[in-house]
Amino acid sequence: MSDIAINVENLGKKFHIGGLQKSYYRLTDQLTDMFVAPFRRAGNLLRGQATGAAELNETIWALKNISFQVKSGEVVGLIGPNGVGKSTLLKILSGITDPTEGYADIYGRVGSLLEVGTGFHPELTGRENIYLNGAILGMKKAEIENKLDEIVAFAEVDKFLDTPVKHYSSGMYVRLAFSVAAHLEPEILLVDEVLAVGDMAFQRKCLGKMDDVAKAGRTVVFVSHNMSLLQSLCERGILLQQGSVSIDGTITEVVDAYLQTLEQAKSQDISKRTDRKGVGKVRLVSTEVSANGNASSILKTGQPARFVFGITDLVPGLACNFFIHDSIGQPITSFKSKMHGPEDSYDPQNGLKFICELDELLLLPGRYRIDVAITGDNRLQDFIEAATVFEVGDGHLGGRPIQPDGKFSVGMTHRWILPVEN
Amino acid sequence: MKETSIAIPSHLPKTRREASQGWAWPKLRELWEFRELLYFFAWRDIKVRYKQTVMGVLWAIIQPFLTMVIFSLFFGRLANIPSDGLPYPVFSYAALVPWTFFANALAQASNSLVVNANMIKKIYFPRLALPIATVLAGVIDFVLSFVVLLGIMLYYRLTPTINVLWLPLFLLLALVTSLGVSLWLAALNVQFRDVRYTIPFLTQIWLFMTPIAYPSSSIPERWRIVYGLNPMVGVVDGFRWALLGTNTMSANVLITSTVVALTLFISGAFYFRRMEQSFADVL
Repeated sequence: MSDIAINVENLGKKFHIGGLQKSYYRLTDQLTDMFVAPFRRAGNLLRGQATGAAELNETIWALKNISFQVKSGEVVGLIGPNGVGKSTLLKILSGITDPTEGYADIYGRVGSLLEVGTGFHPELTGRENIYLNGAILGMKKAEIENKLDEIVAFAEVDKFLDTPVKHYSSGMYVRLAFSVAAHLEPEILLVDEVLAVGDMAFQRKCLGKMDDVAKAGRTVVFVSHNMSLLQSLCERGILLQQGSVSIDGTITEVVDAYLQTLEQAKSQDISKRTDRKGVGKVRLVSTEVSANGNASSILKTGQPARFVFGITDLVPGLACNFFIHDSIGQPITSFKSKMHGPEDSYDPQNGLKFICELDELLLLPGRYRIDVAITGDNRLQDFIEAATVFEVGDGHLGGRPIQPDGKFSVGMTHRWILPVEN
Repeated sequence: MKETSIAIPSHLPKTRREASQGWAWPKLRELWEFRELLYFFAWRDIKVRYKQTVMGVLWAIIQPFLTMVIFSLFFGRLANIPSDGLPYPVFSYAALVPWTFFANALAQASNSLVVNANMIKKIYFPRLALPIATVLAGVIDFVLSFVVLLGIMLYYRLTPTINVLWLPLFLLLALVTSLGVSLWLAALNVQFRDVRYTIPFLTQIWLFMTPIAYPSSSIPERWRIVYGLNPMVGVVDGFRWALLGTNTMSANVLITSTVVALTLFISGAFYFRRMEQSFADVL
């Protein structure tokens, strides 16, 4: 079982990124530029300063000097902050894009699941999509026919097999897509963060399937932000930071190291961070957590809490979502400004800020981190992991003292009805 | 984590992912391995093409048929353009059948990569499959409009000559031409979306450079070879010769057209191969 499955040597990938957008002050400038720009672009192309019609004049190394080996039958978790090149690495391994330098040798057939449901056509039925998607992933028709029943049973869509998938619920869609890919049975399976969708029961089922794949001696490389998932699934972890391998070791070591880096990231100025996702028309620039609006105040269980998110701009349909995770990366709860409550209000005095107030913080004492997503214009504008980390101190919940035990994260106000002691 | 105990498996195929440099052979073996994908892509295109249209598959016939009616009215009746002694409707429709195949192939195949950008960015499969399957899917439309052509010939009591046995070869020539141009345009379109806006012009100009509304006998003899540099000239003249027995076709023109079509096809395949590694990054 010590056959090699993947050998990566000195891999690097350079990307061209667009130059900074010019800001226009007058309409006439804009109009002039519209006519001048084609000639400038053509000139850039001829001089070899760009590779496409877009004005690409800056380059960044998304990956640099990546080397590692994966043995056959190993399940490896690929961990790292957003924008660090995890997906790019998977794309290179699966052959979607070429590295700029170095190489990766792959032994055996590769199946990849980088996004659930790509290649599905909404107008085609479930059955037709199974064939189409299977073929795209590299399965032979006979192979798909053999596994059709299994795929359908696993996805639990048998009743809707001959319905166009555009009428499917998103859950059904994801189930079917995962099911096709999971039955591919390649020697090497590359999975990007795709299980974030779908309900818990199905997620568990998918994980079981991936476990089976691993037990059958196949190799799995798995990207996820869900630390508990990674810990239950992988033995080994690789932490990518700034496009390079920073730690390669047991999954526990790597997860610990990653959570530490997230804590460190907090000390950095948010507006300067680059490990973010989204289109970026609106950016998160500050995150403050306090008990009463006073920055130095300490949060306590059962006491009020106030979260303030500063942003750069306003766009239609703007919304703020934030997600609280505990110190080992388990998701605890989410807050979504789109879900209106009767006490929500607008305050023009606030300027570019989302403020979320809680009368009673139900988090138990411990350390927590917040991931923040800003959406607007029907798109993800900005997403930052560990926008801040905060500490919750001892307190009372509904007048009841809280005893921290480090194991649980959420408390609830409650009352007991007790038997009378004699 | 370098361990010397790790062995290189001999029973599994090794694939190396590295930067590709310059020109290389098109990945034909891989395409062959994925031949079923080619079939599924074509089948998807056919299934989806006329979904949610009232006329459905009738569009495959309406397009060339209406063009024929308009051409017959304006070029045949009003402008009195000669038609090699044949009824003008048959004369023009026989040319419009392969032409519509070509024009549709161009329009759809050149967009095939851009339309499927999401798939290209997330899954690896031979990229060649997309434009090729799109062109092949058009064969169904071709067959339908061809049946109508037979109907029109019946109406005018025209029987095909024995030359009709050569027809598959002219269809092949149309296919090779369409594929060649499509491979070029599809790959170019990834980098330069200008292509999309050029195609309507390109097809319109090409239409007038091809003997569809007029016979190639109106082109002076000494220019015929130059005229034949447009491979669609060979296709259209071939169709008319095989079906209607016109004799405007010369071997020289046919050879010229074939050579140009093959050149387009081979160079297109190589250009596509050179560009395909960057598709996922540029799209």
